[in-house]
Amino acid sequence: MTLTIDPQASTENDIVAAPEGTLFRFATAGSVDDGKSTLVGRLLHDSKAILADQLEAVTRTSTERGFGGESGGIDFALLTDGLRAEREQGITIDVAYRYFATPARSFILADCPGHVQYTRNMVTGATTADAVIMLIDARKGVLEQTRRHLSVVALLRVPHVIVAVNKIDLLDYDEAAYREVEASVRLITAELGIPEVLVIPVSALVGDNVVDRSERTPWYAGPSLLELLETLSVIDDLDASGRASEAFRLPVQLVLRPQGSVVVAPELADSYRDYRAYAGQVASGSIKVGDTVSVEPGGGTSTVTGIDFAGVSLDEAFAPQSVALQLADNLDIARGAIIAALDTLPPLTRTLEADLFWLDPRPLAPSARVLVKFGTTVVQALISEVTGRLDLTTLGVEPATNLAVNDIGQASIRLSRDLPVERYVQNRRSGAFLVIHPQDGATLAAGIVTAPGEPTRAGDGSGAGSDVSP
Amino acid sequence: MRAPPMTIATSHRLSELDVLESEAIHIIREVVAEFERPVLLFSGGKDSVVVLHLAAKAFWPGKIPFSLLHVDTGHNFPEVLEFRDKTVAAHGVRLTVAKVEDYIADGRLAERADGTRNPLQTLPLLDAIAAGRHDAVFGGARRDEDKARAKERILSLRDEFGQWDPRNQRPELWNLYNGRHTVGQHVRAFPISNWTELNVWRYIERENIELPPLYYAHEREVYRRDDMWRAVSPVSPARADETIELRTVRYRTVGDMSCTGAVDSAAVSVSDVVREVGVSTITERGATRADDRISEAAMEDRKKEGYF
Ligand SMILES: Nc1nc2c(ncn2[C@@H]2O[C@H](COP(=O)(O)OP(=O)(O)OP(=O)(O)O)[C@@H](O)[C@H]2O)c(=O)[nH]1
Ligand SMILES: [Mg+2]
Repeated sequence: MTLTIDPQASTENDIVAAPEGTLFRFATAGSVDDGKSTLVGRLLHDSKAILADQLEAVTRTSTERGFGGESGGIDFALLTDGLRAEREQGITIDVAYRYFATPARSFILADCPGHVQYTRNMVTGATTADAVIMLIDARKGVLEQTRRHLSVVALLRVPHVIVAVNKIDLLDYDEAAYREVEASVRLITAELGIPEVLVIPVSALVGDNVVDRSERTPWYAGPSLLELLETLSVIDDLDASGRASEAFRLPVQLVLRPQGSVVVAPELADSYRDYRAYAGQVASGSIKVGDTVSVEPGGGTSTVTGIDFAGVSLDEAFAPQSVALQLADNLDIARGAIIAALDTLPPLTRTLEADLFWLDPRPLAPSARVLVKFGTTVVQALISEVTGRLDLTTLGVEPATNLAVNDIGQASIRLSRDLPVERYVQNRRSGAFLVIHPQDGATLAAGIVTAPGEPTRAGDGSGAGSDVSP
Repeated sequence: MRAPPMTIATSHRLSELDVLESEAIHIIREVVAEFERPVLLFSGGKDSVVVLHLAAKAFWPGKIPFSLLHVDTGHNFPEVLEFRDKTVAAHGVRLTVAKVEDYIADGRLAERADGTRNPLQTLPLLDAIAAGRHDAVFGGARRDEDKARAKERILSLRDEFGQWDPRNQRPELWNLYNGRHTVGQHVRAFPISNWTELNVWRYIERENIELPPLYYAHEREVYRRDDMWRAVSPVSPARADETIELRTVRYRTVGDMSCTGAVDSAAVSVSDVVREVGVSTITERGATRADDRISEAAMEDRKKEGYF
C-alpha cells in the first residue's frame, strides 16, 4: 500500500472531504443479533467511508473466520466490533464510535450492543444521540430487549426514532411480513408516547434501502436510511422563530480569575488584573451581553457585561458553546452554580421524583445513600423510596420496592441541599442526572427528573446543607 | 491569542469544528475542576498540540493550570523535540520528560528484538504518573485512529496498573462525566475523542497552529520497509538489502522513529494537507505505524497494559 496523492487533483472520493458542515449524532439499538453492527458497517461501506486498509483488514478477518461460507463475503460487523472478545463471541460488548461525512453533513455514529448484559452501554450511546436507529429482525419481530431499548429511547426523548426492519432478504422482501412488524412497532411506540416514528424495511447484509433505495421493495416509497439521516434536525438547533426553545442555562464549571498571571500582551495585562469570569458550556438557550440573569444558589441577579471566548468578545452565546461570562455584580458564584435567564429557574426544592435506569450489577438497596450529579453540582442524596418499575411485557408500571440491573424504575429522591430541580421534559440537560456510589464512585444509574418536589420556603436557608467536593 | 479582544456577531448554528471545540473545552474544564493534579501527555505531535491549544483557550486569559509530561522513547525525531521545547516555553508551562533510555540503561526495561520502543513507554508512563501523583492524564487520542480506541470513553478509568478493562467500562451519560475514583486509580481524559484526522487538520488550518516541520512535504533519505517509507537515522538504519532514496515525503503521525513511516506527499502547506487528508484512501495509522501491525488487536493489547 503506497499512498501517493496529488493534493491538487480532485478525485471521485471527494465525498470523504465534504465541506465543513453540521454534526449529527446517532446511535443504534435493538435486540442482540438483529443486525446493528452489520447495518452500520454497510452504511459506512456504501457511503464510501471505509478506507482501503480498513476494508482489507476486515475482508481478511472475514475470510479467516469463514464468514459467508464458500462464497466468502465481508462481515461488515467487524468494522465496529473491534475488541478481541467481540470478535470471538460475534456480539457487540461496548459502544463503538465511528465518523463519516457525506456532502450533506458529518456524522458521529455510536454502534451500541443489544445484549441485555450490556444495556448500560446502550444507554451510554443513546444519551447523546440526535437520532436512534432501532433494529428489528423481521423474522422475530419485537422482542423484550426491543421493548427495553424503545422504553429507554422514549424516556430519554431522543429527538428522532427510526425503526429499521432488518433481514428483509430472509423473508424474500415480502410486504405482508414487513407490514405486520411495522404495525406492532407503531402500536408499541404509540403506547410509549414516541411522537414520530419512521419505519424502513432494510437488509443490512445486502444493502437494501441503506444508502440507496432498493428495487426489491417496490411497495416501500420512503427514503433510504442515509437520506433520512441527512435531513433530520439536530438537538441543539433552535426552533423556527429563531429563539432558543429552552431557556438559557449555564452550569458554572469554574471561575476564571487569573489575578495578574495572564497570557495577554503586556500592555493589556493591567486591564485583566481584576478579571473574573464564569466558565461553562451553555446547556440550553442563548444569552446576550446586557441581558439580566438569575443565579443559584444565592438567588442573586446581575447583568451580563461580557461573553468571552479565548480573547474574542461575543455579543451572544448559545448552546452548546463553551464560553466565559462576566457579570456586573460581584456575586458569590463557584463551581456548581447555575446562571440562567432571569426568573426562569424553578423554585428550589429538596425532593424530586425521577425515572432511573439502573445500570450497576448491585441492586439498589432500600434507602440507599448516594451522590447525584446535576450539571456541575454533586450533592449527597437519599433514594427514599422506589415507587415502581416498568414491566417490559405490558409496558405498564408495576409496584416495586427495589431495582436491579437493567430495570427502569421510578423513585423518590431526597437531596441534602436545595437545588433548582427541573423536569427533563422541560430542559433535557438540566433535568438529567447521574446516581453515583459514594464510596467507589461507580455510576449506578442514569436519572431523569419527572417531577420536582415541594418548593422549600423562601428564606429557610436555601443553599445551605452539605455540598460534596469532587 | 495575543491579539486584543475583538467583537464578532454570531449566528445560531455552530459549525462542526465549533461543536467539537466546545465539547473539548468543556471536557478539559471538567477535569481541571474535578481533579487535583491533572497532567497532559505532550509529544509535540499534532494531536497533543491541538489539545494544548484547546487548554490555552479554555483558561484564557489565565495560564494553563497543569503541567505536561512526555515519555521520550529516545527514538524521537530531533526536530519534534526541538518543537516540543519551544512550544512548552511559549505557553509558559512545565514539562517533565520520562526517558525510556534510562529504563533500558539500568535494566528495568530490555530493548525488544524488533527494536520498537513504543510498547516500552508504558512503564515509564505509569511511574511518572505515580511520581507526579497525577489523578488525571489528558491525552490526544482520537476514536477514529483505531478500532480499540473507537470503544474508549472520554473519561477512561484505569486501575493502579494503568490497565484498561474494555469489558467493564463505566457508563458515560450525556455530558455528565463521572471522574470519581479510589486510591491508586487514575483517569485518562481524551478531549478530542470525537475528532477525525480531517477535523484536526481543519482546526490547525483555522486556528493557524504551528506544527513540527515534518508534517509537511520535505525531502528526506528513506528506504522501503513494511510498505512504508522509513527515515534513515542512527536508530533506524537501512539494511544492506534496502535501497536508500531521496524522496519528497511527509509524516501523518509522529512517534518513535523506529516504527513510524512517512508517506509520499507534495503537501507543503496546511491547506494542501487538508486536501490530501480529505481524499486519502488509507487511514492514518494504517499508513504510518508498524507497531499496530504486530497483530490484529495490537492497540487493544497495549491499552490493556496501561498504554494511552
Ligand atoms: N440475512 C441477513 N443477515 C443479517 C442481516 N443483518 C445482519 N445479519 C446477520 O445477523 C447476525 C448478527 O448481526 P450483527 O450485526 O452482529 O448483530 P448486532 O445487532 O450488531 O448484534 P449485537 O451488537 O451483539 O447486539 C450476523 O450473522 C449478520 O451477518 C441481514 O440484513 N440479512
Ligand atoms: Mg453489534
